Amino acid sequence: MIRETNKVDLLHKNYLQSLKVEKRWVRFYQGIIFLLFFSSWEISSQNRWIDPLIFSSPSKIWNLLIAKMQDGSLVTNLGVTLTETVFGFILGTLLGTILAAILWWSPMISKILDPYLVILNAMPKVALGPILIVAMGPGYPSIIAMGAIISIIITTIVVYTSFKEVDPNYVKVLQTFGATRFQCFKEAIMPASFPTIISTLKVNVGLSWVGVIVGEFLVSSKGLGYMIIYGFQVFNFTLVFLSLLVIAVFATIMYQLVELLEKKLIKE
Amino acid sequence: MSFLTVQKIHHTYFTKDTSATALSDISLAVEEGEFVSILGPSGCGKTTLLSIISSLLPPTQGTVLLENKPISTAKNDIGYMLQQDYLLPWKTIEENILLGLKLSKQLNEKTKLAALSLLKQIGLTGVEKQLPKQLSGGMRQRVALVRTLATEPKLLMLDEPFSALDYQTKLKLEDLVSQTLDEFGKTAILVTHDIGEAIAMSDRVFLFSPRPGRLHKTFHIPEELRKVPPFEARNHELYSSIFQTIWKELESLDQRNE
Ligand SMILES: Nc1ncnc2c1ncn2[C@@H]1O[C@H](COP(=O)(O)OP(=O)(O)OP(=O)(O)O)[C@@H](O)[C@H]1O
Ligand SMILES: [Mg+2]
Repeated sequence: MIRETNKVDLLHKNYLQSLKVEKRWVRFYQGIIFLLFFSSWEISSQNRWIDPLIFSSPSKIWNLLIAKMQDGSLVTNLGVTLTETVFGFILGTLLGTILAAILWWSPMISKILDPYLVILNAMPKVALGPILIVAMGPGYPSIIAMGAIISIIITTIVVYTSFKEVDPNYVKVLQTFGATRFQCFKEAIMPASFPTIISTLKVNVGLSWVGVIVGEFLVSSKGLGYMIIYGFQVFNFTLVFLSLLVIAVFATIMYQLVELLEKKLIKE
Repeated sequence: MSFLTVQKIHHTYFTKDTSATALSDISLAVEEGEFVSILGPSGCGKTTLLSIISSLLPPTQGTVLLENKPISTAKNDIGYMLQQDYLLPWKTIEENILLGLKLSKQLNEKTKLAALSLLKQIGLTGVEKQLPKQLSGGMRQRVALVRTLATEPKLLMLDEPFSALDYQTKLKLEDLVSQTLDEFGKTAILVTHDIGEAIAMSDRVFLFSPRPGRLHKTFHIPEELRKVPPFEARNHELYSSIFQTIWKELESLDQRNE
């Protein structure tokens, strides 16, 4: 009996060990790709295989990063864009979910609004940018609105669909205990739709960045979007690449945070 | 007047291109403290009738009175255990059995302890913190039973509560439920496919016929069987003769439909 359990323990240990080894290899290759990409970029640029004026090079971008850090302009611009994106993201998701709840609450409203939702969803929201900027002024509010508007309708549609697909028998169980419609929403509809809401959060992270960057292109006064447009106008592509890389890093961080939230909320 | 009165209930389900009459002219009365069973072939409207009594489903015609008041005013007096358990999968067993208490704002230390001890009595220990998917079908059904009993309804309706259980557990639970209901003088309606179960547990058995659902016949279970717990009733000498009578009646229903 004791020998038996020892054997199982040993097998389990081996299994864990093999998982660890595999993970190490994956990390190793990921690192190789990273190094290969940046070093070949640097070398091709140094040797002028690619036009350094257009494609810049990692070393130039690094130097610019240091310079922009020291004069504080990068931090300021990053701060502006991050704030706008986070607010746009939260606003978009929240309003979208609230709208979905209203549609669920009143089947009549949802039937009436159905064709309008389809139209609004089909429309490219960034095309509304100029109107928003004229209406709300060229500042934070209009850019945040851009970040939000781009994700509201799709959130509404996806979340409402998941509300509707919740097994009606769960609601029935609650009703046998005399639950009100609000209690049904809180105890059954909402928790049953949590996984969908979380997955829309992940999509919305990406969408909000698009909205905010386009907004900053249009307003052209502050933020990473502005840095890109400015770099483009004065033909400083090092600045463009620097902004792109910073955006990539922070969009990833935001995405990871949402994944962390997912793990917290959905207990397996 | 009786405790529960069902008067001239008709129910028709409407869909876009069909209408199906599930119940036709159902009138019956149940006295306080009585245990009745509804027996009948699949599709004869048993679940429909329970849904109407619990006011989940407004009937197309007819009224239901509980203590002479329309049922819509007595939601918390009626406990209804659905045919499937439908435990909320994101809640632990403990949260699930306290659900009814929470929704009707009766949740306090005392009712909570009562619900938890009911869980023990029914043979489930150490599952409070688990999720429904960790339990077997029979265990889940018992949890659903506790969830319904926890709110201490005056009228208890059970839709095939023992169907997913093994025979032994089923016999034990029949005794337990019967004993619990007797203690508190509760009124209960049991829907079942099992003739033996209907005889062993109830004071009266309503036999329904299908297409459309009608009350075909009412059987009164003799005093001797009613006094004893279900397990003993199944071994009583009168049991098999009643079983035969009901069985024959069911057979004749089948033949009529062919
Ligand atoms: N939501 C519904 N829409 C349309 N028809 C329905 C609906 N629910 C039930 N029916 C029909 O009504 C009749 C009675 O159904 P019900 O569920 O009450 O039967 P039952 O006696 O509980 O059957 P079982 O013993 O199989 O549970 C059936 O013929 C069924 O097809
Ligand atoms: Mg049924």
